[in-house]
Amino acid sequence: MEGGLILQYLLAGIATGSVYAAVALGFTIIYNATGIINFAQGEFLMLGGMIAISLARLMPLAPAILIAVVATGLVGVLLQLVFLSWLKNPAVLRLIIITIALSILLREAALHIWDEKVRALPFFSGDETSSLALFGARVSPQVLWVLGISAVMVAGLTVFFRSTMLGKAMRACASNPTAARLCGIRASTIVSLSFFLAAAIGALAGCAVSPLTQTQYDMGSSLAVKGFTCAVLGGLGSVPAAVAAGLVVGILETASVSILPLAYKDVVALGILLVILSVRPQGLFTLRRTGWARRA
Amino acid sequence: MRAILRRYLPALVLVILVVAVQITLSATRQEFYMTQLTMAAYYTMVALGLCLLMGYAGQVSLGHAGFFAIGGYSSALIAGLGAAAAVSIPAAVLVTAAAALLVGIPVLRLRGHYLAMATLAFGIIVLRVLQGTPFFGGADGLSNVGAYPLFAGLAISGRRALRVQNYYIAWSLVTIGLLLAINLVSSRVGRALRAINGNEDAASAMGVNVARYKLATFVLSAIYAGVGGACLVHFSAGIGPGEAAVMKSVRYVALVAAGGMGSLSGTLAVSAALTFLSLRGVFGLYDDAVFGGILLVIMLFAPHGLPGMLAGVRARRSARRSAS
Amino acid sequence: MSRKAFPLTCVILACVTLYAGTAWAADTVKIGAIFSVTGPNAPLGGPEAKTLRMLVDDANKNGGLSGHKIELFLMDSQGDADKAVSFARKLIDEDQVLVIVGPSTSGESLKIKSLCDENETILLSCASNAGIVNPVAKWVFKLPQMDAWAAQRIFDTMKKLGISRIGVVTSNSGFGQGGKAALNSLAASNGISIAIGEEYDKDATDLTSVLNKIKAQNVQAVVNWSTEPAQAILAKNMRQLGFDVPLFQSHGWGNISYVQAAGKAAEGIIFPCGRLLVADALAADHPQKKALMAYKTEYESTFKEDVSTFGGHANDAFLIISEAIRKAGSIDRAKIRDAIESIHGLAATAGIFNFSPTDHNGLTSDAFEMLTVKNGQFVIYQK
Repeated sequence: MEGGLILQYLLAGIATGSVYAAVALGFTIIYNATGIINFAQGEFLMLGGMIAISLARLMPLAPAILIAVVATGLVGVLLQLVFLSWLKNPAVLRLIIITIALSILLREAALHIWDEKVRALPFFSGDETSSLALFGARVSPQVLWVLGISAVMVAGLTVFFRSTMLGKAMRACASNPTAARLCGIRASTIVSLSFFLAAAIGALAGCAVSPLTQTQYDMGSSLAVKGFTCAVLGGLGSVPAAVAAGLVVGILETASVSILPLAYKDVVALGILLVILSVRPQGLFTLRRTGWARRA
Repeated sequence: MRAILRRYLPALVLVILVVAVQITLSATRQEFYMTQLTMAAYYTMVALGLCLLMGYAGQVSLGHAGFFAIGGYSSALIAGLGAAAAVSIPAAVLVTAAAALLVGIPVLRLRGHYLAMATLAFGIIVLRVLQGTPFFGGADGLSNVGAYPLFAGLAISGRRALRVQNYYIAWSLVTIGLLLAINLVSSRVGRALRAINGNEDAASAMGVNVARYKLATFVLSAIYAGVGGACLVHFSAGIGPGEAAVMKSVRYVALVAAGGMGSLSGTLAVSAALTFLSLRGVFGLYDDAVFGGILLVIMLFAPHGLPGMLAGVRARRSARRSAS
Repeated sequence: MSRKAFPLTCVILACVTLYAGTAWAADTVKIGAIFSVTGPNAPLGGPEAKTLRMLVDDANKNGGLSGHKIELFLMDSQGDADKAVSFARKLIDEDQVLVIVGPSTSGESLKIKSLCDENETILLSCASNAGIVNPVAKWVFKLPQMDAWAAQRIFDTMKKLGISRIGVVTSNSGFGQGGKAALNSLAASNGISIAIGEEYDKDATDLTSVLNKIKAQNVQAVVNWSTEPAQAILAKNMRQLGFDVPLFQSHGWGNISYVQAAGKAAEGIIFPCGRLLVADALAADHPQKKALMAYKTEYESTFKEDVSTFGGHANDAFLIISEAIRKAGSIDRAKIRDAIESIHGLAATAGIFNFSPTDHNGLTSDAFEMLTVKNGQFVIYQK
């Protein structure tokens, strides 16, 4: 394969991988704060895109996206407060089923609010035929937007978790909830914040990618499965781990098209998931011995 | 004696209801309802098996529709081989059991979310392979599958003339499945499963071979699903890849949850009723939403399913009475 | 206990309503319909359902079909094959319909083909798979044009443009797989070599990787065969990769919303299609003009949305039923079936139907016109 083609595959893989990374990040943030795997994570991308598209008819693109991101974040918090916050020591199985049910209901609600037609946000710059030449590869400017926004998001989150009080409080809660509480950190605030963050991240990614992949009411479930694959690969641990895992899966999946029939592309990501779960459930980037569910 | 009667009561009730419904339908010339009732019976087989796995052994499976599909497709393909047609259903069940063994061995070491995701991935892989492979008929699936002859001139077939016969065949299978399951949970195996459900490490410490019991239950529940699929494919004369879809697996979970995780009769009743209504199109555009909603409400407010809720109501009522 | 008694209560209630209903049955024409109104195939089933409802309501307001009132049993299968089978059984056994219109997809149609044939219920399928009418089943008819003609018209156009090496992408739906088979079987005899053929998932959202693979094969054109939104994504991806060869679509492209979704990337796409989408541009004396304009104006004014060829199939089904009842002079199902087989020269949206005992599709490759997209509109392709 000549260099231009390799770069082409790489760019496509990184773009796809950024979306997976965003979903994986959402999973990781919520899991770290609460021990819950939120199966509805994929729906946040869909909601962000749908809300932004509806708003974009009434206002310029940037404020539409901003409001959509915040609104979806609030939906995330609402879900957590209404359906999850009052459960006392729920069994893992029960939580899994609840979040699955929430994802189904979000999807059906979207179907009845927006109908099944496919929509898309306008391209952030240029239009659907714009094409940039980059070292022998041709790519839509929107792909660069996706990469750029993802990079900024990841940088922002890393700074947040490492340097701000709130971020450090979230990390404290994750590693030792009792000690955190003893230090005066309100667990309930942290949990709500984690849902807000995860939903907002998803929404932003959903908006960034909407011009390319189009937004449809049922796009959430396959994204959730792939995103979870990356989250597990990253060990459900830190921000960089989730991102790295997302990129790895995105690139592998895209590269697989050059050797396997396209029809089995999904099987690649799922196969990776099954192999990782069978062999090293704690993921590639952690030393923790997990794989057994934490007490929620 | 009374204890034995109490234990098998659900099976007895089932038999009485099945016969009563048939007599009523035939008398009122509404026999066409038997079509959906027969189909509901085969889907209920899956729910029964899943109840054993989720309710008693405490293992979640979000990919059980995959086993249903494997059973159905295997039977259809083997039946098309001419000579082997007579054994297509038993052979299909063997294939399903083998698949369950292959998947179960690595996957059952996981717990909680990881197990859920692994089984989900398995279901999706089955779906994709069925959709993408021309040998399995691709997106259109397999059609024109012949009837399956049983003994004494009976046959699993969708022909209108054999409607009543097939209704009884289907529900007899369910009754046998129920009896087997009741036997299982009342035996030593059942106690071992309950111990595992409570706390795997404690059970293991007490000498229960956790891994072997989990695998055995997983394979058994897959066999139930495979039987359902293999029989339905002959009744419907065809099958499509949609049988392995994620929403189908989620529905089965919803049915078991709503029926009460550990309640075989609850699962059976809920599964039969809701599947029948869904096949009649009663839920219209809101089919998926109904199942999602049921799942949510039950899991939030009655995690032990409707029977648990009823038991709770009864307990509170008697507590109130004894307190006053 | 109430859960177990529920089905029983349903049964009893149903008995009562059925006996109340039988008083009208003698003279009405019962038409059943199974469409994928919601779910992944909603772009097909939605317009089909709307069309049939509209036509039935109209007819009932104007004295019915040859004086018979029409009773419509419309069911939404959501593209699910076992729902389709279950509903077909219900329509046949319970409602005892004369004819079933639909289903919208090939998979569902193939599943109920023998069911309808064995139970002497006319099936007017709105799906395209050749297997629906081959082998011919006495009671089963198919309304959309054959995939093979669409493929042939595409190849004819390619030959005129001097294209001989192509890449083919299809979706993994029944429609896509049918098109793939048609293209593969006709390519060699037309001197076209398919350098690469790939199948994508109907929910695919990014086709750049497969397009890169195709581009590397130095093809002169790309053919896409699907009915999903991925069609628009493919068009956009091609332009974004700077992949400027002509893009051919199947007749699944025949819905203006896909053109709108693809924006500028839709310009110049060439595809075979029924004449419904360019009805305005047809000459006044074109045999199909009257039927096409009648459907187009009524649909667009009733539902305030553009017509699509899919809805047209439901329209054609209704035209065929009306014509058959008129010809047969009765609503006996065997007579109507025979009448359908004897229909000649019926101008409808998909083409002009000429049925016969051996031809249960009734169309020829003339049913297709080559269209293209210009300034966001469908126009007839001139070369």
